[in-house]
Amino acid sequence: MSKLVQGYEVVIGFETHAQLSTTSKIFSRAPTAFGAEANTQACAVDMALPGTLPVMNIGAVERAIEFGLAINAHIAERSIFARKNYFYPDLPKGYQISQFEIPVVQGGEVSFYLEEGKETVRKTVRLERAHLEEDAGKSLHEDFIGQSGIDLNRAGTPLLEIVTQPDIRSSEEAVAYAKELHKIVTWIGICDGNMQEGSFRCDANVSVRKPGQPLGTRREIKNLNSFKFMQQAIDYEVRWQIDQIEDGHTIQQATVLFDPDTGETRAMRTKEDAADYRYFPDPDLPPLVIGRDWVERVKGEMAELPRVMAERFVKDYALPEYDATQLTQSKAVAAYFEATAKACGQPKLASNWIMGEVSRRLNASELTIEQAPVSAAQLAALIGRISDNTISNNAARQVFEGLWNGEGEVDAIIEAKGLKQMNDTGELEKIIDEVLAANPKNVEEFKAGNAKALNGLVGPIMKASKGKANPGQVNALLMKKLG
Amino acid sequence: MSDLHNLSVKALATLLQTKEVSAVEVATRFLARMGGNPHNAFLDIDSEVTLAQARASDAKLADGTAGPLEGVPVAHKDVFVTRDFDTTAGSKMLSGYRSPFDATVVQRLRTAGMVTLGKLNCDEFAMGSANENSAYGPVQNPWDTARVPGGSSGGSAAAVAAGLAPAATGTDTGGSIRQPASFCGITGIKPTYGRASRYGMIAYASSLDQAGPMARSAEDCALLLSAMCGGDIDRDSTSLDIPTEDFSASLNNSLEGVRIGIPKEFFGEGLAADVRAAVDGALREYEKLGAKLVPIRLPRTELSIPVYYIIAPAEASSNLSRFDGVKFGHRAKDYTDLVDMYKKTRAEGFGNEVKRRIMTGAYVLSHGYYDAYYLQAQKIRRMIADDFQNAFKQCDVIAGPVAPSVAWKFGENANDPVADYLADIFTLPASLAGLPGMSVPAGFGAGGMPVGLQLIGNYFKEAQLLNAAHRLQQATDFHLRQPEGLQ
Repeated sequence: MSKLVQGYEVVIGFETHAQLSTTSKIFSRAPTAFGAEANTQACAVDMALPGTLPVMNIGAVERAIEFGLAINAHIAERSIFARKNYFYPDLPKGYQISQFEIPVVQGGEVSFYLEEGKETVRKTVRLERAHLEEDAGKSLHEDFIGQSGIDLNRAGTPLLEIVTQPDIRSSEEAVAYAKELHKIVTWIGICDGNMQEGSFRCDANVSVRKPGQPLGTRREIKNLNSFKFMQQAIDYEVRWQIDQIEDGHTIQQATVLFDPDTGETRAMRTKEDAADYRYFPDPDLPPLVIGRDWVERVKGEMAELPRVMAERFVKDYALPEYDATQLTQSKAVAAYFEATAKACGQPKLASNWIMGEVSRRLNASELTIEQAPVSAAQLAALIGRISDNTISNNAARQVFEGLWNGEGEVDAIIEAKGLKQMNDTGELEKIIDEVLAANPKNVEEFKAGNAKALNGLVGPIMKASKGKANPGQVNALLMKKLG
Repeated sequence: MSDLHNLSVKALATLLQTKEVSAVEVATRFLARMGGNPHNAFLDIDSEVTLAQARASDAKLADGTAGPLEGVPVAHKDVFVTRDFDTTAGSKMLSGYRSPFDATVVQRLRTAGMVTLGKLNCDEFAMGSANENSAYGPVQNPWDTARVPGGSSGGSAAAVAAGLAPAATGTDTGGSIRQPASFCGITGIKPTYGRASRYGMIAYASSLDQAGPMARSAEDCALLLSAMCGGDIDRDSTSLDIPTEDFSASLNNSLEGVRIGIPKEFFGEGLAADVRAAVDGALREYEKLGAKLVPIRLPRTELSIPVYYIIAPAEASSNLSRFDGVKFGHRAKDYTDLVDMYKKTRAEGFGNEVKRRIMTGAYVLSHGYYDAYYLQAQKIRRMIADDFQNAFKQCDVIAGPVAPSVAWKFGENANDPVADYLADIFTLPASLAGLPGMSVPAGFGAGGMPVGLQLIGNYFKEAQLLNAAHRLQQATDFHLRQPEGLQ
């Protein structure tokens, strides 16, 4: 049962435009690099000069195949390019070449983990399709007085439009889905994932309904270009829709924009002024035929997928599924984990440290794992010193701090900070005897059957050893002496 | 030589290769004939450009690097974009437009050595059957200046018929090479769809448009076609990746035992008696040459008219969207906002027939009508192609009239677009099926106007069509006759 908002169920479907990482455009040979001077990366085809024709970029098709494989989708053996006809100055041909009735990627699913209260639950969003299409240019309204500039550098940049079923039930799920999708496309390298530059653009179709009722009318929030705004926009939109319905209004199908300054969504156009795109198969492009041998070849050349790697982590390193998923959030984290685990031979400890201390410090200082001041080898050495009882867990955190601050290697820091555990029984026994003598009341209470009284003894022993005593050893000696 | 303009492409090529004439001499002769733009055939002439190309050809002829057609002049229909001449597609929309690149067909003919004489008038965006839809005025038929030259490649046909060019390029979407060739008494061939690159050909109906040569004889057409065709898959995805072919090689093959299919539907009530008589005459010649006439059926011939006038406008409505005043071409002077700019630009820039087809096309593609019109039309289009394949089980080549009548007088159909559409009935089926088709002079009808015989071949059988046409031209002299006063 999904979480309700004021008694309403939230229903969200996603459409994501991922710019594919080809060096040239989807139907021309012009370069796709971002940030060049206006109209310097648009060739005759991109400008729709008379007589020009589109020619499919095989690299874009390969990336679509890779995506399909990554999400367990069907790769259509024959898909069709269609023209979506509408007039806009940054759409040079007066139509966008897209795929309509038969897309290249069909079905598939994206799974991710989500914190719900104290539990971690796995959620799967089914995909409807992913299709290839060309991006439009940009209209520049700010730089010219009384006129608009057109920059066609982006025109013809390959896009993969990824469409989900309406399976998402909250803004948290929406963000988790978007992050997971972002992870997949950047992991397999088909998209650079740069949201500021518009390489990964999300639209959310949002509706609400009373549980058990048919789907409500949806409004589409366009261009959610950060995960933060995504959640704010959806939360606002959900509240707005519920308020409307509670006030007795009906929701009109519309396209809305989120304004980060006001935190509100605002309708751009309603269904009444929706254009008739007059889709029809593009006669300039034959059907896109993808033989099984092509798919197999692409599969063979692909890097290990995150979900496959996670399964391997569970199998090879005996990690819980949750750990394996967290550690495969990015290739870099996964590589850091594998290096640490292999070097120290303690995969679960490595996982705990990476998901705990390492990730906490990275977040706090806004660094990526590639920028971490503590190398996998150093972390492995640290874990090694924990498992050989040289230092306690508490002391290890101090050593980690030292590593992070560049104070030297693990053993040197242990030495310098004097964190070595007291493994000399004689010295420890002396301390214990002193503490026992000083706390006869606790000794009596413990012997009378109050197990808690032991804590009153351990504390002073640890204190007297300046934290260097091995707690396990302290316990064992105490039991011996008091037993 | 004062009669250079009467020579065939083949004869000119030989004289140039043997240096009996220079390319500059040839070009000069044709430029002189083009002076004053007779029949309004040309839209752009630049003698400096032409002569520079001719001089370059003479240099190549001198140093032994000449192409097979080095120095032979050709003129291009104005839907092929050219770097050295303006390209308007017969539309005000592209008045003064200069392309930064040459169409592949233009480039290939240049590579073969041909010298460009200029750009030829045509129906606006190749939409029309009479060349009355050009924004730059109609082209006159050299056989009778009160009559239309046919369309849309009317300028091409008139230029060759009037001796203004030894050969020309044309484009054929629903008959635009074959019908004007028939009306002007010349020879023209539309190859199999995909044979010639469409790159640089301003698109009218992408799934139908095909370039082809127009000249006096099949022999000349074979020379040009061999140079024009060839895969261009890096620039045109519909171009077929097949090796170039020498279409001249089999011109003289015997026609003994060749089966010529005669479709009953091409000889019905709508066919004018004078056209029928000329066509029958040509068929009798074929029998004399040893061919066998076989009755066949093309049962959906009539349906080709509605099918074509759904599919072609649908594609055109989308292809012509790029002419919006934003990037190139005409833009209205005064407008209040973006939509007003679009509306005024397109209202001013396009002629009536183009607007009619854009509206028809937008209508048949619109939501709720797509299935009933466009999808149905595509289904019938496939059936028409299947009908041809059935027919080709019984025959090698199909023969019939190109058009139901000889060229009509200006204004006769001007207020009746449907009458023009109906006149396309015999050329549309082969276009819809993507088959090669040609027009061969077969005699003369009412008013001494030329009549063309249409030959339709199976896919990639251009050589067979040219062979059949050449053998007929060996036995007849209709293709050698010229309009009075233009010899």
